[in-house]
Parts: sequence; C-alpha cells; structure tokens
Amino acid sequence: MNDLSDFRTATRVWLEANCPHSMRQPVKDPFDVYWGGRNAIFTTQDQKIWFEKMLEKRWIVPYWEEKYGGGGLTPEENNILTQEMTRLGCRKPLYSFGISMLGPALLKFATEEQKLHYLPQIVEGKIWWCQGYSEPNAGSDLASLQTKALDKGDHYEITGSKVWTSYADKSDWIFCLVRTDFEATKHAGISFILIDMASEGVSTRPIKLISGKSPFCETFFDGVKVPKENLIGTLNEGWNIAKFLLTHERQMIGGIGETDIRKEVHEVAIENLPINSKGLISDGVLRSQISDFEIDEEIFELTIQRITDEAKTGNNSGALSSFFKYYGTELNIKRQELLMAVTGTDSLIWEENEKSDGDLARKFCRSKGNSIEGGTSEIQLNIISKLILGLPTK
Amino acid sequence: MALIITEEQKMLKDSAAELLKAKAPVNEMRALRDQGYMTFDSNLWREIASLGWTALTIPERYNGLDFGHVGLGQILEETGRNLSKSPLISSILLGASALRISDNKVLKAKIFPGLIEGSTQLTLALQEGKYHKTTSFQTKAVPEGENYVIDGTKTMVIDGTTASHFVVVSEIDKAISIFLVKADLEGVNISKNILMDSGTYADITFDKVVVSAENKLNIQLDGSRMLDELMTIAYSGVAAELLGICQEAFEITIQYLKERSQFGVIIGTYQALQHRAAIMFSEIELCKSIVLKALQAIDEKDANAKRYAHLAKAKLGKTVKMVTNEAIQMHGGIGVTDDANIGFYLKRARVAQQLFGDYNYHVDQLAALKGF
Repeated sequence: MNDLSDFRTATRVWLEANCPHSMRQPVKDPFDVYWGGRNAIFTTQDQKIWFEKMLEKRWIVPYWEEKYGGGGLTPEENNILTQEMTRLGCRKPLYSFGISMLGPALLKFATEEQKLHYLPQIVEGKIWWCQGYSEPNAGSDLASLQTKALDKGDHYEITGSKVWTSYADKSDWIFCLVRTDFEATKHAGISFILIDMASEGVSTRPIKLISGKSPFCETFFDGVKVPKENLIGTLNEGWNIAKFLLTHERQMIGGIGETDIRKEVHEVAIENLPINSKGLISDGVLRSQISDFEIDEEIFELTIQRITDEAKTGNNSGALSSFFKYYGTELNIKRQELLMAVTGTDSLIWEENEKSDGDLARKFCRSKGNSIEGGTSEIQLNIISKLILGLPTK
Repeated sequence: MALIITEEQKMLKDSAAELLKAKAPVNEMRALRDQGYMTFDSNLWREIASLGWTALTIPERYNGLDFGHVGLGQILEETGRNLSKSPLISSILLGASALRISDNKVLKAKIFPGLIEGSTQLTLALQEGKYHKTTSFQTKAVPEGENYVIDGTKTMVIDGTTASHFVVVSEIDKAISIFLVKADLEGVNISKNILMDSGTYADITFDKVVVSAENKLNIQLDGSRMLDELMTIAYSGVAAELLGICQEAFEITIQYLKERSQFGVIIGTYQALQHRAAIMFSEIELCKSIVLKALQAIDEKDANAKRYAHLAKAKLGKTVKMVTNEAIQMHGGIGVTDDANIGFYLKRARVAQQLFGDYNYHVDQLAALKGF
C-alpha cells in the first residue's frame, strides 16, 4: 500500500516536471497529436519533448513487459499513472492503433519472435498501423470477407479491397483479415496477416463523410506479395483474432478508457439557454431531457467501473463488450443531439466564423457513424440476445 | 472502493434468496391476497427477526449487527424478486433508520430491542396528499407544556394498519420536527387503503394527538437534515427492491420467449423481440450499478449519497416501468390474466416506483441539484 502511494507521489512529481503545459490541454483535432510512423511529424516542439520524455521513461506503453519496450508496471501502478495523467489532463504521448489494437492481439496470438520484432517498434512509434477489416460487401457480415491470399510457396499473393481503413493513406503497415481457405465455411477460412503499405500493388483512396472530413479510406490490394512470416497465429484461424480485436475496438468506441475532459451538457445549456427567475432552464422539456441523459451518462460510467471490478474477480463475459459498444455509442449520439438542441441555430454553423468553429454540426454528423462502425447497434443487440440471453436462432 | 459486493454480503443475499423462495414466493403473496388482502405472514416475520435481518442496520451498541445498507439492500432485492410481503420496508428500512439517525438516545434504547425482536413495528408517516415531497408539510406539532399536540393528515403510510408506532414528520415555520407516535393514542384515526399491489397502506389523521416531548426524534439534530438522510436511505432501499422486480420480471419473460411457440417457431427467435430483450438487459445492467453505488454511498457516508439515491430511484423507476410493460406485452394474452404471476410484478412495480417519488420527481430533483 505504502509502495503504491510512494509511486503515486513520484508519478505526480515527474508528470508535473516533465509534461509540457500545452500537452495538458484538450486535443483539438486528430492532427493535433503525434501519430509516429515512417514519416513522423511533430506538429509542435512540445509534442516532441513529451513523446521523448515518456519514451525515455518507458511510459509510452507502461503496462507491457520491459522486453517488449514497455514499462513493466503492475496493473495497480498503471491505474495510478492513468489517474495522475487524467488529473493533470496529460495527453497520450503517442496515438497508435498499434498500442490499442494490434499490440494486444500480438501479445495473445503471435510467436515470441514476432512479439520481439513488432512490439518495440510500436512503442517507439516507428510504424503507423491501420486496420483492414470491413470490405464493400462485408460490413455487418464481416466473416463473408473476400480479399484473398493465395499461397505462392514462399509468400502470399493478396488481391481484394478493404473499406473504412482509418488513416490508410498515412499508415505504414496494415493488419488485415484475408481469406486463405475458399472451401471452408466462412468463419473457418480467414487468416490474420501484416502487410507493408509500401508494397507494390497497394493503393488507397480517402472517403469523405457527411461530417465533411474523415480519416477513412478505401484500400486496394492488387497481387501484393507478402512474406509468409507475416502471418499471425494459426492459418485459417484468424477469426479468433478478429473477434478478440473487435472486443477491444468496441470497448474503445463505447468510450471506455476515454480520458478527454468534456463539458457536461447542462453546462453548455446554462451558457446558452434562457434561465427563469428560479435560476433554472426555462425550457422544461429540454431540461428534463438533459437531466435524463445525464442520469444515464453517469450510471453508464459506474457500470464500466462495476463490470471492470467484477472482471477482476473473474466474473465477466466477453459479450459484455457488445453492451458497452451499444450503450456507449447510443449515449454519444444522444449527447450530440442535445448539444445541437441547447445551442440553437448556432449549432448549424458549418464553416468556421466568429460565432462558431463549426464543430458541433460536424460532430453531430460524425456521431451518426458511431452506431455503425465496429458493428452496428443492431449487430450488438443480436450478440447480446444470442450470447448473453441465450435466445435461440431459427 | 470496488463496485462489487463482498463475500459476506453475497452470503447474506444467497441465504435471503433461498429463504424467500421457499417461504415467501410470489404464490404466497397470491395466497395472502386471496385470503382477504392479508398484510403478511407473522411466522415469516418471526423467522426474519430470528435471522437478524431486522438488526442489520442497527448499531452494535443497541445490540444490532451494524452490517450496513448494502446488506439490507441485498435482502430487499430478493423481496423484489419474490414479491415477498413483510414489514421490512416500513419497520426496518424506514423505521429503524429513522431511529438510528435520531439523536434521542433514550428513545433508541427503549425502542430498538422490540424492533430487533420484531414485536415493535414502526412505519413512516410522511406523505400528505397525492405526491411525494420533502418540504412544506401541513402537519403541525405545537408545543404545550411538556407535550406536543399533533394535527394533520398523512397518506400512503406503508403497513399503517399493523404498525405499533408512526414516525411522523411535522413542520412549523419551515422547521421540521419528527416524532415517534404510538398507534393506539387517542386522536389517531387510521383508514385502510388496499392498493394495486395488494398491499395495505393507510391514511392517518392526527386529531389533537398529545405526545410527550420525550418522543421527539430530533432533539439537537436539524429536522430537515434528518429527513434528508432518511430519504437517501428510502430512495436507495426502494430502488433495491425495484432492481429485484426488474430482474425477476425480465428473467421470467426471457424464459417464456424460449418456450412459447407460434407459427411453428419459438417466439424468442424473432429479432423484433430479441432486440427489445437486449435493450432491457442493457438497462438492467445500468440499474445494478447505481443501486449498489447508492447503497455503498450510505454506508461510506459519501458526500454524494443523496445524489446517488436520486439517480437510483430515477433510473429504477423508469426501467421498472419499461421492463414490466414489456414483460406483459411479450407474454401476450396470458400476460393479462390473473392466473399468470407476471401481472403481480407490473402491479407491485407501479406502487413501488411511486413510493418516495417517481421518475419525474427525481429527474427534476437531480437537475435542481446540479443547478439547472
């Protein structure tokens, strides 16, 4: 106990001393942060300082083992570090799908040699990773994916296309689901493979969303040669890795581990809406809607805590990630809807002017994707009803 | 503190589940109703007292178990699952808590033994008129020499026809005073109401009822602070019962979806029902978290305990309506017959969600607490 409180004190002191002030401000947009990669760009000097300090401290991925470039912190120490970073408002030093998604999959499914090769590079931010899952004809029905990997002796030859690959146009490598058995049932013929985006035959095209901008791309593979050692896990058993990663992704989209400090809806409401003589929002209908929303928002946070605490005692079901994903995204959609309502016609401004940065309308539009990406709300409800409630299929 | 129950709390919950399922299941509640709306089974109440459930939240210095409200909440959740009838809410959740919060040590020493034993049964006389509120009471207690004279009418007094004492909330010039009043005093007129849950409630008129000053529960203690603390317990405790109702009604319904066939298929295969079931599941997951948080907050004297209690009663009030409505709908025709037990859950839910303020009340209170 004492050791942990010493650790907390030391952590607080170190963060105070080393985290530049501008790295304690909320992130403005996805390019206001450091993503690493072959063509790494620090958009500010403070970003560079912060990344280098954290790298030196081995706190880029503090909870991975030291041999993989991590800091070797215990879960308790890591919790303390997260809490202290949240308290100060410290940004993550490196934004990376390698840390949040590929890393956990490698730790669980890769060979020791692959782990030693890829994990330290993730920590050092040397590779910008993207994810190749969905295809034009494999969205909700992901397992019907058709991108093929043909066995050519010493390598695979990959042909097909992926869609919704975030930052594919900026990424160095992609972790990808491909079909390696064309006779087997759809779940049984899938493999998980890593592909260098600089390979011949890879091309990308950005997708513009209703929010006006987005990191999404289409990615095309035209006879791309990939060495066999890039396969992760067992051939044709990639669906297990896919499910494992989707669980991670759903928890992320559901807002778990989100440390951004956001204004509460009622605070925005008070700043904008007329107030009556009792100091309350005059619009009683909107007031009830906000209160109702904030009840669910607060209790959802408590639910994340409860289920995390239960998981520590061994009571957990992986299918609960579907509940998190469903509920978290529906809440965010309600939040955006309410923020639009309380901000009136100012919320409609699209191009930045002196009244608004145009963020609200764009965020509202973007939130419409939340209940679709990573498995639609309807898919999550299917999973809950089948895997948790045990309701039968026809 | 981790948001999970301890091993000891889990053991208590399991033993409550076992006892209530055996001795006070929903069919027992049906039998009590069919015997002319009997209030509860006194043998069961004696057994509850012998198990120490009546002593759970009473301090050790008064021979209580000091086990806390998370413990009592586990039992209330099980009474919700079984729709078990007993004076646990009136006498223990409300009565014992009022006495525990009170700074009248003489009264505590006098009343706690009978309360623990089960022979003394308290209940709270708070509401006036049709709605729950915690300010502006019309019931007056006017000092007269060594005594107070109480005048006023209270409604929705739970187990009001069987309780031996009433905890009466009165007000003069915005100052709240709370008294323990014996049910058999002169001027106490009790009129019985049977509500839709087959439970017995009372409207009670206090007509110049003389009580001695020794029966004042708040001596130095501020009356509205005492009431606040009591309401925190009431909201959270009733929410715990509602959680049991939600879970049981939900589980009965899921089971029905797996058994009932129409058009040659099990109706649980229909996505139209599956998605609604999954939504109910999700809402109940939220309910579990807030009920436990609210109960823990009482035991830990958390500064936000009152807000958590409002959150719990708001969320459970809303969810129990949704779940019991859906439960009836998904049962189809059988769901609206008296033969099926699912209707009892709907009816108890309607009463319990109004007790101490419905969803609308708590949504409004929460907004006011946050200053909007």
